[in-house]
Amino acid sequence: MSDDQMVTIEVDGRELQAKAGTLLIEATDAAGINIPRFCYHKKLSVAANCRMCLVEIAKVPKPMPACATPVTAGMQVFTRSPLALAAQKGTMEFLLINHPLDCPICDQGGECELQDIALGYGNDASRFVEGKRVVQDHNIGPLIATDLTRCIHCTRCVRFGAEIAGIRELGALGRGEHMEIGTFIEKSVDSELSGNIIDICPVGSLTSKPFRYSARAWELVQHKGIAPHDSVGSNLNLHVRRNQVMRIHPRDNEALNECWISDRDRFSYEGLYSDDRLIRPLLKKNDNWLEVDWQDALEAAAQGLKKARGTSGNRLAALLSPSATLEELYLAQKLMRGLGSENIDFRLRQGDFRGQEPEYPWLGQAIAELENLNAALLIGSNIRKEQPILGHRLRKAALEGAQICFLNSLELDLNYGAMQLVNSPAGMISDLAAVAKALGASGGMIESAEVGDRHRQIAEHLSSAARAAVLLGNLAAAHPDYSLIQALASAIAEKSGAVIGYLPEAANSVGARLSGALPGTGGNNAAEMLANPHKGYLLLGVEPGLDVWNPGKAMETLAQAEFVVALSAFRSHSLEQVADAILPIASFAETSGTYVNAQGDWQSFTGAITPAGEARPAWKVLRVLGNLLNVAGFDQMSTEEVLAEVRQLAGDRKPSSNAVDRPINEPTLKASGLLRVGDVPIYAVDPLVRRAASLQKTRDAITAAAGLNPNEAERVGLSNGAKVLVKQENGSAELRILIDPAVPDGCVRIPAGLAGTEKLGGQIGNVTLEKA
Amino acid sequence: MMKVIRDYIKSLFLLELIRGLALTGRYMFKKKFTVQYPEEKAPISPRFRGLHAQRRYASGEERCIACKLCEATCPALAITIEAEPRADGSRRTTRYDIDLFKCIFCGYCQESCPVDAIVETRVYEYHFENRQDAIITKEKLLALGDKYEQQLAADIAAQAKYR
Repeated sequence: MSDDQMVTIEVDGRELQAKAGTLLIEATDAAGINIPRFCYHKKLSVAANCRMCLVEIAKVPKPMPACATPVTAGMQVFTRSPLALAAQKGTMEFLLINHPLDCPICDQGGECELQDIALGYGNDASRFVEGKRVVQDHNIGPLIATDLTRCIHCTRCVRFGAEIAGIRELGALGRGEHMEIGTFIEKSVDSELSGNIIDICPVGSLTSKPFRYSARAWELVQHKGIAPHDSVGSNLNLHVRRNQVMRIHPRDNEALNECWISDRDRFSYEGLYSDDRLIRPLLKKNDNWLEVDWQDALEAAAQGLKKARGTSGNRLAALLSPSATLEELYLAQKLMRGLGSENIDFRLRQGDFRGQEPEYPWLGQAIAELENLNAALLIGSNIRKEQPILGHRLRKAALEGAQICFLNSLELDLNYGAMQLVNSPAGMISDLAAVAKALGASGGMIESAEVGDRHRQIAEHLSSAARAAVLLGNLAAAHPDYSLIQALASAIAEKSGAVIGYLPEAANSVGARLSGALPGTGGNNAAEMLANPHKGYLLLGVEPGLDVWNPGKAMETLAQAEFVVALSAFRSHSLEQVADAILPIASFAETSGTYVNAQGDWQSFTGAITPAGEARPAWKVLRVLGNLLNVAGFDQMSTEEVLAEVRQLAGDRKPSSNAVDRPINEPTLKASGLLRVGDVPIYAVDPLVRRAASLQKTRDAITAAAGLNPNEAERVGLSNGAKVLVKQENGSAELRILIDPAVPDGCVRIPAGLAGTEKLGGQIGNVTLEKA
Repeated sequence: MMKVIRDYIKSLFLLELIRGLALTGRYMFKKKFTVQYPEEKAPISPRFRGLHAQRRYASGEERCIACKLCEATCPALAITIEAEPRADGSRRTTRYDIDLFKCIFCGYCQESCPVDAIVETRVYEYHFENRQDAIITKEKLLALGDKYEQQLAADIAAQAKYR
């Protein structure tokens, strides 16, 4: 019998068609027949331990669990027969024996699966008069609150941990009455997807800590949204009460995030209400920041830009955040071009601009296809932390037997078996060249590459796989030889038949290109804008000390500018140092807009709440600036009108090949001295995340330190916790040494985007350490 | 024909009038119903729904656990609650306001409360001099509860068997 064969079953007298071998509960769910369940979850393995889904099947003497019974031809099922109902009611009574009657103080109250099903299948009063079970709670971190007395032992969280998050931290300890969910050793659940166990817990055992006791399900109004932190564009539901985002839940989208979202998308809303939130326009007068009204602020900003521009638009430059919406980026570049400037860029963290970049750098395939890969080579990517949902897809592929290879300057903490080639940023290039050589590529530095066993292995995996991909991550983009990496990756992809894809850094990295936020002919790119002082700057959603590749240089250059106008949702130390006017703008929850994700989906969303204080959507601010500066074409009344213009500009550009054709030269980065590896930690990627209080308490939220491996630390004579003065280019920072075996020899890991690193140079470059 | 004659006799001898005067006369000698408010007060049922109060346990701990059922059930949307974990981890309100201008004294809040925290007292004589005084806050509610606790406890005990 083939798997695709359809069989006919009869459920409650209705004839249903179902694939042979699928589970009964899947067939009834598809037909809209409701069977109560607790332990079954469509994305998890079948446990069949809650026994709530018992149904009667003809010719079977006992009731059977629908979640563990495959359909067979001619099966007759009764979900509401006296036998089935008696079994379900009996199960319900047992489940309620130990469940506390604390619904009034339980956060799940009102959206609880047990509450709902108890209404239909439970008794009015319990026959159980003995004492109820009480279970000690565990502290499993700053995101998830536990009330384990409420647990009904469905083990969804345990299976989620093992199967989806890849962390075997939660487990069921003890048996029967004494069974408890817990961590084997008292520790926090550290996963970038951990928040999802809040959703899958059918009762109030695992609830959201930041949301704890603050609102009830029935008070919340649900608005659709799109996640603003990575290039997946996860679909969200924003739950709003009295014009405040109270929490964020995933919205199912099988093509993107399935039913999960990352913790970063789930908990970053806290940043909206941080003390740093900017609610009034600010103007700098004699080195003091004054709160002013919009009229004055906008006029001052327009005047300042006009004065800085003088006679040539070339004196102006714009640095735009790739987390801004398509509409904002479009209007910002239109404003700059209207003023005669071609100095526009959003590639703030890119380390090398020499290459010819593809027109539409995208994932190279649909997000859902990642899980069908047979082999993948990830270059400079910590996909698990950078795009957690993509990391999850790749993990699925790995568990199915795909050969995943990482070429990186940091050893990654992975939750599946993969080959990791860890080398210094300079060594990464030669490794890549060696892989290319093993595949038979030639030219430039490939000729001189030394091919090792592991290079040959990677080449073998890629070329023998039916579906293979070469993916470029964030650290690759930050590499000073990014163009060379692109060229080598293209050569590898070409020789091995793999698809080449980019793992775009921010929510709108792909969209930014479509909106024209790139330097035009003769225009400066981000690095040039920040290296050569311009008279006037426009910053959109950028914290210059944290969001750019070379913050030290950026701060220096911006300080020399005549006028810097910043559009920002937050007050920021580095912004206040360099800006002359700061205009408060709306965040992702407060404005309408569009993001284009890694697979090229244009996803529009509307604002869920009104902007905080006097903040206004950035597209409106830019429109008014356009009007004040007498630039034509700034009379759009809605983001839809702006979007229509972007569509016209983008034309019919479709995601196409990412391969670049470029000569393979010698690398500029030489392996001499100590090289800084400046990755961007998961909870430091943008201003909003950096202000999300609970996320900042997790283990993944690290503070700036100089990470050395034990050998290297011994070689330079520094021990763990020692204070050092890190010098890079013209700047320096006092940091502590952190012994970190993940760092390769000859490297020091100093993450970017963290407080304390503002004065340092490029994310990858030479540094010196001095004892402080 | 007979009916016309009968009605004629009735109206001639003012029979209806005499019957009415007899009723009036009877009540002249009965006990008076009139209550001399405010010197005298009418009796009140233990189910009377007057001014709201929040009760405490005997230990002094406030009863309210911020379940928000009263807020949800209030047909006039008169109740506003905000809650957060207290320092000891328990679920407590940080704000509990009842707008007496909105309140229709239906008593649903009292009915819905799982811990008998929000109750309506027998107090029906109150006034405000400022508009904002019509919003009774948590502090005021608790103070009212403390003041009338004895009566409230007695009323709830008296009604317990009917619930």
